[in-house]
Amino acid sequence: MSSIPTPILWTVIIGLALGSYALRFAFIGFMGGKPIPEWLMRHLRYTAVAIIPALVAPLVVWPAPTGGDPSLMHFAAAAATFVAGYLTRNVLIGLGTGGLCLLLLYLAA
Amino acid sequence: MAITTTKSAFWKGFRDSAPFLFMASPFGFLFGVLAAEAGLIVPEAFAFSLTVFAGAAQFTALQLMQENAPLIIILISALAVNLRMAMYSASLTPYLGDAPMWQRAIAAYFIVDQSYALSVVQFEQEPEMPLAQRMAYFFGTNGLITPAWVIATALGALVGTRIPESWGVDFVLPLAFLAMIGPMLRTPAHVAACFVAVAASLPASALPYNLGLIVAGIAGMIAGAQAELWLERQKAKAEGAK
Repeated sequence: MSSIPTPILWTVIIGLALGSYALRFAFIGFMGGKPIPEWLMRHLRYTAVAIIPALVAPLVVWPAPTGGDPSLMHFAAAAATFVAGYLTRNVLIGLGTGGLCLLLLYLAA
Repeated sequence: MAITTTKSAFWKGFRDSAPFLFMASPFGFLFGVLAAEAGLIVPEAFAFSLTVFAGAAQFTALQLMQENAPLIIILISALAVNLRMAMYSASLTPYLGDAPMWQRAIAAYFIVDQSYALSVVQFEQEPEMPLAQRMAYFFGTNGLITPAWVIATALGALVGTRIPESWGVDFVLPLAFLAMIGPMLRTPAHVAACFVAVAASLPASALPYNLGLIVAGIAGMIAGAQAELWLERQKAKAEGAK
């Protein structure tokens, strides 16, 4: 795995630290009692649930461990993780299920 | 039982947050392990968790740095994952907005999923709670979670440096994201946002500079917002028909 260049890493850490703080401070600090516009709230509600699936979908379809070739084993482990997380509403159960599934498929292969 | 003093408000928040420890610690640990696998040394992983203090955004940045994505894309994507913090900040303002500036400035750092969720429920249940007790409760909810997150990251990074590369942990990060998605799908609008984002991300991944992520993310966001509007209109129509 290629190592991340130190200047990039620290720029990301500092940029994210300042940016995240600014987002957290935005309303409680600056806006006082001013209400946040409804259309903006409506979009903010869906940012994480859009970005994270968009990030992960290509990683599942073209998994890194196979060099990007679609793999049934990885797809099955991904599906198990998602379904377990969805049904139990518990991140850790989802992750545990997927990890176990991946391990079993790996041993069976 | 109603809270009687500022001190007891802090400790109530502290106790209420305890179950979240079982979530924050393993995830912090996992971040540390994966950060070490990506080549970060222990102080770097520690500084990352301490200053950014936002799990999903940290995992996002870690993944994109490994893909050698351009700096600006890494920052935009990870901050987009964190946009919900602005929403939390906005919805805490009616309860904490009258506190002194220095308290609000410190509180802002501690706005995370858990402290927000616990605090809003508490403040809604007890509208009579004085401001000082509200602030104390909010800080109490972070009394365990924040140290646990940072310490678990450092421990994970210590362990991660000892895991041989042949173990192939590079599919664990995608699995961690997938596990996060399920519990986020609370309404049909969330499902719509997720579905559109996934559908858009596959063709969009052909775009250069990881721009596909931004395009698919925006498409999902708009889909979620529009689905919410549509559902509200349907509900209003159904009520009007009665």
